[in-house]
Amino acid sequence: MTINEVKQRLDADAVVLSDKPIEGVYAGDFLSRVMSKAPSGCVWLTVMNNVNVAGVAVLAEINAVVLCEGVVPDALLCDKCRAEGISLLTTPLDVFSACVRLGS
Amino acid sequence: MSELIHLHYDVDGEDFVSCGHASEDVRRTLKSIGISGEVIRKVSIAMYEGEINMVIHADGGVADVSICEDGIVVTLSDTGKGIADIDQAMQEGFSTATDEIRELGFGAGMGLPNMKKYSDSMDIKSEVGKGTVVTLKFNL
Repeated sequence: MTINEVKQRLDADAVVLSDKPIEGVYAGDFLSRVMSKAPSGCVWLTVMNNVNVAGVAVLAEINAVVLCEGVVPDALLCDKCRAEGISLLTTPLDVFSACVRLGS
Repeated sequence: MSELIHLHYDVDGEDFVSCGHASEDVRRTLKSIGISGEVIRKVSIAMYEGEINMVIHADGGVADVSICEDGIVVTLSDTGKGIADIDQAMQEGFSTATDEIRELGFGAGMGLPNMKKYSDSMDIKSEVGKGTVVTLKFNL
């Protein structure tokens, strides 16, 4: 899946767009669980919006982050995603609905 | 094993914004010397958990990384409150983090379990009121 396909399926707005391919989907908010369970290269659906989200994405090799439920990203999160080449999207959908759309 | 590279970091206990910088720097260093992606991921995740633990529970500490021909050793030392019951702390889901910490996405009770999961060996020495030293080893 490409990041543009993710964006279209989720009716998402792009804050940062990178051309890294998307391989898998993970949803969750506790950062340690994400690091433990998220497959590398995946898109990560969450409602956490602080800069540590980007730190975890870098270390766990997550290629894209989608903030669900209309959550607005912290400015530092935007800066770090941009610097690290991690796509950052926002969608009004809740996490469950976003998973359904990506899984169908 | 003879040491090829030694890295040292002071981990600031007050700073939730920059926490993870040591792990990210180690990740970059390992990448630059051609260590495999799988090992880099293991070291990065385990060390990040250690850094976060020092910030949350110990008001910071120091991290030392020794890169040798046949392995990597990460030592995380703090002078915080120590761990009263290490077996309990090793259980997934056990956490003493505050609600404020949890709101940032930390405190899932997965820190030490993740450090064990991603390292090839892990040793914890802790004394209540004096501090904790965690040593993580990764084979190359």
